Amino acid sequence: MPEDPPAIEVSHLVKAYAGVTAVNDISFKVARGEIIGFLGPNGAGKSTTMRILTGYLPATAGEVRICGLSVHEHPEEVKRQVGYMPENNPLPEDMRVSEYLYFRGRLKEVPRRMLGPRLDEVLELCDLKRVRHKIIGKLSKGFRQRVGIAEAILAEPPVIIMDEPTIGLDPHQILIVRDLIASLRGRMTVLISSHILPEIEMTCDRVLIINGGRVVAAGAPDQLRREIIGRATYTAELAGDPGALPAVLAGVEPSLRIAEMGEADAAGFRRYTFAADRHDELGEALLRVLAGGPAFRVRSLGRTHASLEDVFLAATRRSWDVVDPARNRDPK
Amino acid sequence: MKHFPTLLGHEIRMLLVNPGTYIAAVLFLAVMGFVFTGILETYNAAPQETPPAAVFFQVFFIPVLFMVPLLTMKCLAEERRLGTIETLLTTPVTTTEVVLGKYGAAYALYLCMWGSTAGLFYIFQRFVGDRHLTDTGPIVGGYLFIAVSGLLFIALGVLASALSRSQSVAGILCFTLLFGLIVGGNYLSTAAWLDRVGFLPLRSAVEYTMIFEHLGDFTRGVVDARQLLFYASGTVVALILSVLSVEAKLLHS
Repeated sequence: MPEDPPAIEVSHLVKAYAGVTAVNDISFKVARGEIIGFLGPNGAGKSTTMRILTGYLPATAGEVRICGLSVHEHPEEVKRQVGYMPENNPLPEDMRVSEYLYFRGRLKEVPRRMLGPRLDEVLELCDLKRVRHKIIGKLSKGFRQRVGIAEAILAEPPVIIMDEPTIGLDPHQILIVRDLIASLRGRMTVLISSHILPEIEMTCDRVLIINGGRVVAAGAPDQLRREIIGRATYTAELAGDPGALPAVLAGVEPSLRIAEMGEADAAGFRRYTFAADRHDELGEALLRVLAGGPAFRVRSLGRTHASLEDVFLAATRRSWDVVDPARNRDPK
Repeated sequence: MKHFPTLLGHEIRMLLVNPGTYIAAVLFLAVMGFVFTGILETYNAAPQETPPAAVFFQVFFIPVLFMVPLLTMKCLAEERRLGTIETLLTTPVTTTEVVLGKYGAAYALYLCMWGSTAGLFYIFQRFVGDRHLTDTGPIVGGYLFIAVSGLLFIALGVLASALSRSQSVAGILCFTLLFGLIVGGNYLSTAAWLDRVGFLPLRSAVEYTMIFEHLGDFTRGVVDARQLLFYASGTVVALILSVLSVEAKLLHS
């Protein structure tokens, strides 16, 4: 049996306008059911790429396929496969929520007899039932965002593209939107761009970082941590002779070294940061050596994980070293 | 064109729930009622040769110059300003369906507003028994002219709205286009330089586009196929340009 084509397949995509190359030879694949975070600084080309994926903007060169269909050759068919929530979530101010969703459902060719039950289901899923008869222009930002998400998932398309779905939301609303997106895992392929990196880390299976119109990193957050940050770091609060520490550390792992050392407090404890080139866990061995001898007293020891923000900053900083396109195409 | 009925229904619904539509309709009827009363006073003062319906439709340009920009300036400019055109065009609808949906709704409202002035003639007919004054020929001809010319006027309004994301710019542009078309033809026809031999084809082109001449023919019961072709072709060209304008702006957005 032939395998289903990837949900999104972008190869050598280029978009140039007004003398600016907004997207410069981007290639990646997204498997069906995956949730992908699309990251990049402002002006990196995220929104342009998303607009090309939806068929709203034509590409200058390259090919985009959604569920195996070429966006260039079958734009209308592709639009049936994609639910899209644009940046800033533009909505008509003078329509009621249910009226708007009904209209969008009709445009998205949801059969009339199925539209009512589906509308109820989406309103329930997005917690919009109590505002279904309200005018959109009078809704709070959180409700408006949820109306945008409800609209994107209304026709149950296999691919959902959301440009900054959590922008301007309070932490409670972010939590609701995060749960909502997580509930789509496995059923729909979701591509989300956001600047709220902890959100992306919690929600997404993989992230794709672009800068200057090029893919600069792609992979699961842990994989990117290893590849981009490259080292493991540990923090410890120790009392003892700092001069004796390098030798002890080298005994555990030759690449383990002191990255930072704080001032001693009243009890003689200093805060240390150690760095190692190896990525596997050294905490237990380190604790055994430090606590086992009389030279040091240990108050705390732990491994620190680089956040996605660190990965993002490091990746965009070294953005000129474009990641091997062959690896970017691996779905997972 | 599968989505055209959905889009048209939506646009008409949005016009009907908008209080601005009713304000515009009341103002339109008030102005036309005032004009109608003025005409009747003239007829009351002294006998006239032409039926009052012919004189009534002679002032068609007053509501057209103000109502058409008001009806159409919002349609595409507002969608682009709010960004809702992006969500609209990422559904399986085409730009042509969107433009035709907006055009159809604006034209339907235009016809309804003019249709409401039929009440003035009905009241007039109820209280005046004179068959000469209430001859239905000029009335039917006048309304036919309104319906046919309205196709082009509304299409020009939609084109102006497609060219700008600012409603006010679209409104001013529409007013200018309509003013040039309605009044410009009359003004040019009086220009002496058009009588020179080299300009004779231009003179015939100007005479072909004189809207007031068309109105005169319609109210006399003359329906010239060339005039119908002028409005139909002008409408098609304006709508094609509107679609191209929306798509060109997407390419450069």
